[in-house]
Amino acid sequence: MQKFLSRYYFVFTAITIAAFCIAFVIPFLAGIYLSFTNFTTVTNASWVGLENYVKAFTTNADFLNALWFTVKFAVVSIISINIISFALALLLTNNYRGTNAFRTVFFMPNLIGGIVLGYIWQLIINGILLHVAGVDLTYSAKYGFWGLVVLTNWQMVGYMMIIYIAGIQNISPDLIEAAEIDGASPRQILFNIKIPQVMPSVTICVFLTLANSFKLFDQNLALTNGAPNRETAMLALDIYNTFYGRMGYEGVGQAKAVIFFILVAAIAFIQLAITRKKEIEN
Amino acid sequence: MNEKKKDLAFFVGMALLSIICLAPIAIVLINSFKGQFFISSSPFSLPDAKTFAGLSNYLGGVGKIGFWKAFGYSCFITVFSVCAIVLLTSMTAWMITRVKSKLSKGLYYAFVFSMIVPFQMVMFTMSKIANMLNIDNPIGIILIYVGFGSGLSIFLFSGFIKSIPVDIEEAAMIDGCSPIRIFFSVIFPILKPISITVAILNTMWIWNDYLLPNLVIGSNYRTIPIAIQYLQGGYGSRDMGALMAMLILAIIPVIILYLVCQKYIIKGVMSGAVKG
Repeated sequence: MQKFLSRYYFVFTAITIAAFCIAFVIPFLAGIYLSFTNFTTVTNASWVGLENYVKAFTTNADFLNALWFTVKFAVVSIISINIISFALALLLTNNYRGTNAFRTVFFMPNLIGGIVLGYIWQLIINGILLHVAGVDLTYSAKYGFWGLVVLTNWQMVGYMMIIYIAGIQNISPDLIEAAEIDGASPRQILFNIKIPQVMPSVTICVFLTLANSFKLFDQNLALTNGAPNRETAMLALDIYNTFYGRMGYEGVGQAKAVIFFILVAAIAFIQLAITRKKEIEN
Repeated sequence: MNEKKKDLAFFVGMALLSIICLAPIAIVLINSFKGQFFISSSPFSLPDAKTFAGLSNYLGGVGKIGFWKAFGYSCFITVFSVCAIVLLTSMTAWMITRVKSKLSKGLYYAFVFSMIVPFQMVMFTMSKIANMLNIDNPIGIILIYVGFGSGLSIFLFSGFIKSIPVDIEEAAMIDGCSPIRIFFSVIFPILKPISITVAILNTMWIWNDYLLPNLVIGSNYRTIPIAIQYLQGGYGSRDMGALMAMLILAIIPVIILYLVCQKYIIKGVMSGAVKG
């Protein structure tokens, strides 16, 4: 069978491999190389060693600010999104009337693109700020921060809710029934059965929100575009600005991108390690 | 509280939450019928005789950003990229799952690895390479989407193919089918559920994608997200009325698609999330 198929190996795979090389492999390797060089177009690179990596942190405080802003944002989003979506999932697995319709509604914002989401919330948050304080989103980084938190909550809660619902529905009904017969209160059932049983879903959701928060770009660009004064720029936006906002800083942008990649990859590997460990335990 | 009262309380509470959830879209919809100078100052008031602008925002906005052209590019790129991804990555996944060699293993890990690399890492070099190879047009970008979409898609397809018993294919081989025939008459139909998942995940991504098409083809061909971002001129100088109307026009196709294949979308997102 293997021999029979392998004659056709490249008939089946050639186009995908070519596309993968053009879109990913070559740009990725070239990106790593270029992060050690000075360049404006890809062809005029000159080797500068680690200079770009030093410059990423020393030219100005933008990158560290963006990193700190992103971390703060990720922590707040992970907590709020997961609590709200888990609460909704609990409510919507209670077999009341209309649960399917509500699930449909809560999930819907997830399908809207980041740019569109950003402008929707810009209108609303600016409207509220104007009435309450007479200013707009560009007035303080505080507003931009909480604006982004509200926006990502609106977008991602429905998605995480769906994953939690699947997790809760996977709990064996016998387990809950047995606890009820033994006289456990709804509170005890929640904390001693439901929450421990959905821990795999919690791992998935925490890492999904973490990865999505770290990679957030479109929403950031549309809602604040870093205003005021690049204070609300997250990592992805800061890298974009370094590449395209300033001539001669392409190398620094690429170095920042490599650091960004290492951060995101580290998050992914930690998730993998945790999931593997749990699978072995079970 | 008896059951009926509880049921009602739940329903009212959830209905309220649903209204809050849908309110942002409703507010944009209301504002899309107001004159552009009445939007930022009082976004929460309903249009009245003075502020009502009829469809002028829609008509003006459509002309301003070339909405129908953008809609056409978005549809073209999304439909053909998704078709190409489903077809090409399922073929690739089948080969690298069935032919067990070092090359297959290496390819599989390379594809999976690409899933964790953020776009910013490759965006600059990729758009320059696309430019050099003259694939910076709506047809060429399909190839780039195949390359970028292949990671998750091959991961999902491979997982599914591993669960298909190889006996069926061996029987077809003994009957004299060529590998191409085996794939299209035997394997591809079996892959239908996972193909739908792959198609949905990629549709959501490509339709809403802003940065990749903006860097690769943005200066000549605007998709919907690029066209909307283009409305943002200097801060305060942009046409808020047109922006509101275009946001609504951008949301409508998404909502229609969602209502039509809601079941598949939620299922697809779930299997994509749990595995990816």
